[in-house]
Amino acid sequence: MNDLFNALLPQFFLGLVNGSIYALLSVGLTVIFGLLRIVNFVHGAQFMVGAFLSYLLLVYFGIGFWWSLVIAPLVVGLASAAIERTMISRLYNIDHMYGLLFTLGLTLVLEGLFRYWFGSAGRAYVVPESLSGVVNLGFMYFPRYRLFVVVASVVLCLGTWLLIERTRAGSYLRAAHENPQLLRTFGINVSLLLTATYAFGAALAAVAGTLAAPIYQVGPFMGTHIMVVVFAIVVIGGMGSVKGTIAASFLLGIAETVTKIAFPQAASMAVFVIMAALLVLRPEGLFGRQESTR
Amino acid sequence: MTTTFEPNTITTTPKRTTTISRRLPAVGVVALLILALVAPYYFYPFLLMKLMCMALMAASFNLLFGYGGMLSFGHAAFIGSAAYIAGYAAKEMHLSPILAIILGMAAATVVGWLFGLVAIRRRGIQFAMITLALAQLVYFIFLQAPFTHGEDGLQDIPRGTVLGFLNLGNSLTMYYFILAFTVAGFLFVYRMVNSPFGQVVIAIRDNEARATSLGYNVHGYKLAVLMIAAAIAGLGGALKALLFQIATLNDATYLASTEVVIVAVVGGIGTMVGPIAGAAAVVGLDWFFAESEFPVMVINGLVFMACVLLFRQGIVGTIAAAFEKRRAQGTEESKDA
Repeated sequence: MNDLFNALLPQFFLGLVNGSIYALLSVGLTVIFGLLRIVNFVHGAQFMVGAFLSYLLLVYFGIGFWWSLVIAPLVVGLASAAIERTMISRLYNIDHMYGLLFTLGLTLVLEGLFRYWFGSAGRAYVVPESLSGVVNLGFMYFPRYRLFVVVASVVLCLGTWLLIERTRAGSYLRAAHENPQLLRTFGINVSLLLTATYAFGAALAAVAGTLAAPIYQVGPFMGTHIMVVVFAIVVIGGMGSVKGTIAASFLLGIAETVTKIAFPQAASMAVFVIMAALLVLRPEGLFGRQESTR
Repeated sequence: MTTTFEPNTITTTPKRTTTISRRLPAVGVVALLILALVAPYYFYPFLLMKLMCMALMAASFNLLFGYGGMLSFGHAAFIGSAAYIAGYAAKEMHLSPILAIILGMAAATVVGWLFGLVAIRRRGIQFAMITLALAQLVYFIFLQAPFTHGEDGLQDIPRGTVLGFLNLGNSLTMYYFILAFTVAGFLFVYRMVNSPFGQVVIAIRDNEARATSLGYNVHGYKLAVLMIAAAIAGLGGALKALLFQIATLNDATYLASTEVVIVAVVGGIGTMVGPIAGAAAVVGLDWFFAESEFPVMVINGLVFMACVLLFRQGIVGTIAAAFEKRRAQGTEESKDA
């Protein structure tokens, strides 16, 4: 029993770390989907660009992790705002699938460019000195940096949730989701709200990228697989529910690493198998209401 | 969400096909066939064969999305499974190429059926996301399964001989072999779309609730279309495996799915020859930029973005719309005179 516990515990915490990255990505994806009704396929590439920017800032300018954590999301957010303004905003009045298709094209461009510039090989990002070493949790040792990632993700996710559910800006967001026309008549600039939301979601992806840089390898395709996993998580979380998405992210992150103990080969499949099983057994989603997406 | 599906934005409406000259498409098809018959004498047969495989895959996507309203991001699973099974049948079981292709298509159909069981009840964007995730699952299964030989894939798949005397090792014979399957595939799609079955499928795309209330087994129809589309994508995948003589994990990655999406959308969703035009455009771009350093992936992405933003009807849809506009103007002028 004790052995099992000792084997499970590290995997459980590793799962929390992966879940933290998933949560940051899926929350951004959900917020964008909730308001813009667009599945932001380029989210994984925005994650990758965030990680790459941090890497480049460190290697070429000597700018460290903490500044990168501010600069990378800012750059990605602003660039994404420009893209939303000039291109994505033209797609709101037509079938939502075109938003998915457009962002797919953008993904190919970004990943292709980064491969062209930097090659496909992964690059290592050194853990910042202030966060290196391990922490004694009382029952086990855990790398300090990974603990920081979990805490940062939980804080950001809860912050996003509170922002949407408890603040005035959030009430505008929810109103824009329900009835954008009516909100416009109240004098709210809805298109600015949409741009800001898109930039915010993209910036969250870049934060996730910066946080992930020291854990995963920085490479042009680091976002592709994680993107598909996050898609599955968003489906499991019930599309559009921030709370459900956060819960699903951490649960599936843990499920993935715990699977590794029993079936090492199946770990990367776990999320998809769970998604498929859930769709067959509980078609309304894990956390209740199923939203029509069309 | 109450936004309704807008068929006008992605398909040529029945109204348009009746107003456009009835003879023009027939002439076009004959011209295209003649072109296909003589083309290998003037252009690289290998590229043309690749083009036809892609066109078949895109025709499958087009059938599913353009006529069935189901946006699939998981075509790699159908293509990959057909390529592996056909390759395995030809190489390890020493089966004839036609039998290998049939087995590959059967495998793809089974995968399509499994996808349907999971995803068919979800519509629109969710269907796309679920098929993408399921295709990734299939990718990992192929990565682990012993018969696929992991990262190496199946190498040196023999093309074999058909009917005992047509040696597919000859590139011209192979060309006409693939052409025959491509023509058959497109004819099948055409007949299906214009059959009562196809009309019900289109009706379900346009208004699922109404089709249900009329007593149609909506899920049954959708599942059938999905399986047929999977089989056609599988045909493309199996032919490609025989053509390249390899079946690798590349066929099963999400990039293989995206390539199909790009070809179909650039060519023109909801049009019969769209997949061919799209495949020609993508193969052409591929060939044109093969020499240069610049990555084709970026070019494809840019073309695709421009297409989604500016020419949502794709090459064929845009040309058809221009023809109809001219025709409408012509009839107006004749009225005035």
